[in-house]
Amino acid sequence: MKRILVSIKRVVDYNVRIRVKPDGTGVITDGVKMSVNPFDEIALEEALRIKEKGLAEEVVAVSIGPADCQQQLRTALAMGADRAVHVQTDAIIEPGTAARLMHKLAEREQVMLAIVGKQAIDDDCNQTGQMLAALWGRPQATFASKVEINGDQALVTREVDAGLETLEIDLPAVITADLRLNEPRYVKLPDIMKAKKKPLETIDPAALGVTPVERLKAVKFDPPAQRSKGVMVKDVQELVTALRGKGLV
Amino acid sequence: MSKILIVAEHAGGKLNPVIAKCVHCATGIAGAEIHLAVFAADAAAVAAQAAQIAGVTKVVTVTHAVHANPLAATVAPQLAELAQGYSHIFGPSTTFGKDLMPRVAALLDAPQASDIMAAESATRFKRPIYAGNAIITVEVEAGTRVVATVRTASFEAAGAAASPAPIEAVSLSAALPTHTRFVSVTSARSDRPDLQTAKKVVSGGRALASTDNFKILYSLADKMGAAVGASRAAVDAGYAANDMQVGQTGKIIAPDIYLACGISGAIQHLTGIKDARTIVAINKDPEAPIFEVADYGLVGDLFQVVPEFEKLISSDS
Repeated sequence: MKRILVSIKRVVDYNVRIRVKPDGTGVITDGVKMSVNPFDEIALEEALRIKEKGLAEEVVAVSIGPADCQQQLRTALAMGADRAVHVQTDAIIEPGTAARLMHKLAEREQVMLAIVGKQAIDDDCNQTGQMLAALWGRPQATFASKVEINGDQALVTREVDAGLETLEIDLPAVITADLRLNEPRYVKLPDIMKAKKKPLETIDPAALGVTPVERLKAVKFDPPAQRSKGVMVKDVQELVTALRGKGLV
Repeated sequence: MSKILIVAEHAGGKLNPVIAKCVHCATGIAGAEIHLAVFAADAAAVAAQAAQIAGVTKVVTVTHAVHANPLAATVAPQLAELAQGYSHIFGPSTTFGKDLMPRVAALLDAPQASDIMAAESATRFKRPIYAGNAIITVEVEAGTRVVATVRTASFEAAGAAASPAPIEAVSLSAALPTHTRFVSVTSARSDRPDLQTAKKVVSGGRALASTDNFKILYSLADKMGAAVGASRAAVDAGYAANDMQVGQTGKIIAPDIYLACGISGAIQHLTGIKDARTIVAINKDPEAPIFEVADYGLVGDLFQVVPEFEKLISSDS
């Protein structure tokens, strides 16, 4: 079966204002809204569109983390994923561990494609997709803004510093989703009801032969240095005079 | 002692100027020996530039026809082989470095610290998380090989060396996969300075309201010798090209002056400019969050302010 694996990370919602705990041991996450990592939502949308074009038959959503991750997997199922796998663990999951788990699942599920968000908006690491591709020994097309599947190959347009780069890759492969790949669909109420009946498998990392390791240990968290508010100028002349005084224009 | 290998990104025969910033970052590790690695079809010109950076003690070149367009899939196995003799492997936090370095880290079974703002020691690094709303300090066990991408906006460029470092060509045995093939790159590149390294940047937001209106920013930028950037909203709306995006998921920049025109200042945008020396904000909404971080703020209609600003800086007074 032609199958696509998609990552679904549970993260603090995009709109939550992040604050560092006063004792510097982390950021405040108690009682804040949690969501699917926006880049993973884009990854899932792309997988669904490939399936809807008849180029894939099944979309499998994977989340790694504590029991609450099932909320985000249900969202993924409501969006249209066919089934979900929850790798349940309370351990700290570094990108290296996430990639090893995804690799085991990619092999178990014999997928044609793994699509993951280019980065998670909590740790901003931007690593898992690339690491998965390396462990799997397969191509990676990161920061994708356009994906075209042609048989056992794909043509992927990537957002790079210089502009837009196009790569041709052999499948199976890893694609990481950038912002402009698509606009994810909204979930409709009947789909939420239907999602409750879709299969959600829960497994332990050990069942996949992976032990989570923490190699970059958090020592402390600090709030960022604040820029102080400057001055308001009344007109363009005053602005130009001020900038000239500093040699900036 | 630490031995640091830095990937010397380049294009069109020119070393990317951010590499000198990566070298500066590496000098934060006391007593480290710093080498640069050039992967190219013809490495001579880039290696010569790399050898001129102060603090670099050797430039290693790996020449292969496939590196005419260096791709993570083909550079990573060679870099991982080369990395065997090093304790730290650094690359810039450009799209090239972000693509390549995690692939290398996985091949080496090494942890990666992304976007480091400081290498406080051989084992301790600072990096932003949550779009820069928190700074985490992370530590690895002594003796752990570490891969990192460097947040170049956090560093000044290292200076020029008194005498150039030696250049050594190496040949590697790592097999190069053929499963990933470069097709093309299209660039909206102009004669303007490169956004990533420009000293002056003029940037526009959704308020520009059209591609055509962006011309007033191009005109001003040309007068100032500035690069042009854009907010995510402006890029999503199609007013500006994707490579102009500044912010959490676009370019992180540190110009001497950043002129934000019609940009409200979402936190994801501010994270891309917080190291700018001087931020100037022009916005008609006095409540726009951009004014909270701006050194100079002017409430006004950018369609009047920008042309007037251009006219005034063109006059001699």
